[in-house]
Amino acid sequence: MRILGSRQRAMTIASLLFALLSIAGAATALADTPAAPPDLAARVADLEAYVTNGAPKALITPGPGHNAWMMTSTALVLFMTLPGLFLFYGGLVRRKNILSVAAQCFGCAGLVTFLWWAFGYSLVFAGGSPVLGGFKFAFLNGVTSMPNADYAAWVSQNVFSMYQLMFAIITPALIVGAIAERMKYSAMMAFIAVWMLVVYFPLAHMVWGVDGMMNGVWNAKAAIKSIDFAGGTVVHMSSGWSALVLCLILGKRSGFGKRVFAPHSLVLTMIGTGMLWVGWYGFNAGSAVASDGIAANAFTTTTLATGMAACVWPLLEWITRGKPTVLGFCSGAVGGLVVITPGAGFVTPSSAILIGILAGLVPFLACTKMKAFFNYDDALDTFGVHGVGGTMGALLTGFLANPEVNANLNTNLAGVVGKTLWLEQLKAMGLTVVMSVAATTVIALAIKATFGLRPSVEAEEEGLDQTDHGEAGYHPEEGGAHGSYVGEMAPSMAQVTSAQSAERA
Amino acid sequence: MKKIEAIIKPFKLDDVKDRLREIGISGMTVYEVKGFGRTGGKTEVYRGSSYVVDFVPKVRVEIVVQDTVVTEVVTAIITAAKTGTIGDGKVFVTPVDEAIRIRTGERGEEAV
Repeated sequence: MRILGSRQRAMTIASLLFALLSIAGAATALADTPAAPPDLAARVADLEAYVTNGAPKALITPGPGHNAWMMTSTALVLFMTLPGLFLFYGGLVRRKNILSVAAQCFGCAGLVTFLWWAFGYSLVFAGGSPVLGGFKFAFLNGVTSMPNADYAAWVSQNVFSMYQLMFAIITPALIVGAIAERMKYSAMMAFIAVWMLVVYFPLAHMVWGVDGMMNGVWNAKAAIKSIDFAGGTVVHMSSGWSALVLCLILGKRSGFGKRVFAPHSLVLTMIGTGMLWVGWYGFNAGSAVASDGIAANAFTTTTLATGMAACVWPLLEWITRGKPTVLGFCSGAVGGLVVITPGAGFVTPSSAILIGILAGLVPFLACTKMKAFFNYDDALDTFGVHGVGGTMGALLTGFLANPEVNANLNTNLAGVVGKTLWLEQLKAMGLTVVMSVAATTVIALAIKATFGLRPSVEAEEEGLDQTDHGEAGYHPEEGGAHGSYVGEMAPSMAQVTSAQSAERA
Repeated sequence: MKKIEAIIKPFKLDDVKDRLREIGISGMTVYEVKGFGRTGGKTEVYRGSSYVVDFVPKVRVEIVVQDTVVTEVVTAIITAAKTGTIGDGKVFVTPVDEAIRIRTGERGEEAV
């Protein structure tokens, strides 16, 4: 090593001193800031928590990736109702009633959005009792872009709220299928307003609320240790069983069992089915509330079960009746989507195949054999597909849930999964059926006794598009039916008629 | 003058029209109609519900011609529309009292 000269040595010492002074200055500056930032290890740990969808310690902020997926999923689930479910159902009714289905689906979207903002979100997701949430988030008070760590540490709570709103919209819209073509619009809307309050909000809180009594995965104190990934009980069983009761109280469509009630456009039904399947990825994979491994598994199981069921249903038709029908493909696909819903994030892909086969078989029998045997008019098979399928899916989830797929099953359910989980599922299913049936009976009979459930027979025969909405979905002639212009906004049919007769006179 | 009405299978319409053109028929009226005869309806099944659709789609061709060509026209229609299977349709011939061309006011066989 070369010995440095005296001048060089002096310069080295000076630069060392300067460096020391700089460090001291920096340290003073650090001491002046009000709160010291976490050290590098803590910051890396929070970043890791973001990547692995864990709980952060200091970094309280919405994650861009989480929010991107949840906003996408929110839009996908809305797309399921508008226009997916509308087209699926709309194609199955007769021409004269297609707009009534549109109005019922859109009406759910409007009414439920208002209820959700006012108190719905709060009653479901604010802490309260094991049965119903509180009013902490009423009017979306305090629901900001910051996450609510009770549900998702990396998702803006306003996005989470909008995502859950889409579930609250599609659930009552599913009931439309059972009562299609014969329920007064006013009666339908009144029914849904009360039904949301006494069935959906409590049920969703019990299953998904942080202190809900059926939230087996996240609530250690849950009285019923059941699981429901994306809404087998909350969405499909509640709507399906309520639909059955409502269609029984409502009675059959005028002419049912005598005249042709063939679907007016299976093309629309086919388009709607495709939209439902696409949208359902938001519904099931989105229910992981993250784009993590659980979401990836839910995405996979949803695809496999739906693909299987979509083939099994028409295959059964081919065997029993000689022809596979397009409605069979559509019904099978929706059946598969329904049955995999409660287990999508809990079961393995192989289990999803089994679920898919059963989802093609059991709802097929429910819609073709059981409905004919009991002779009820579930117009578009809400009960046969969602009621029966949702019930079967909830039970199958009890048998097939696997902690290797979803480690969250090890937290509060370690002693239950793979053992008595199916019993817990049965309890949750029983409670769901009792709530849905009892509440629907009371609400429907109350409406029937006051302002009535059904339009007049004449109105029903003319079609609800005209009698409830004053519109026609289709005009055979270009530019509308034959007639004449009677003013900008004809206030009522009575005035139109008098104006026309005045003109003739 | 005679009116010839033929109820035929819809996919045979082009054959019938071409054949009639060939023998010099310059006009016809075509209706899309529904009905049933010996064929009966067809069955459609939607999930658990089966329906027999009684009325099947047919095409009705209507031509008014001079008495002299009636046989030729009827033969042309029958040859063109025949498949030999059930549901080929029928031809009806009825007398026509009067015909008027609106533009010129011509009457009778000149107008057809």
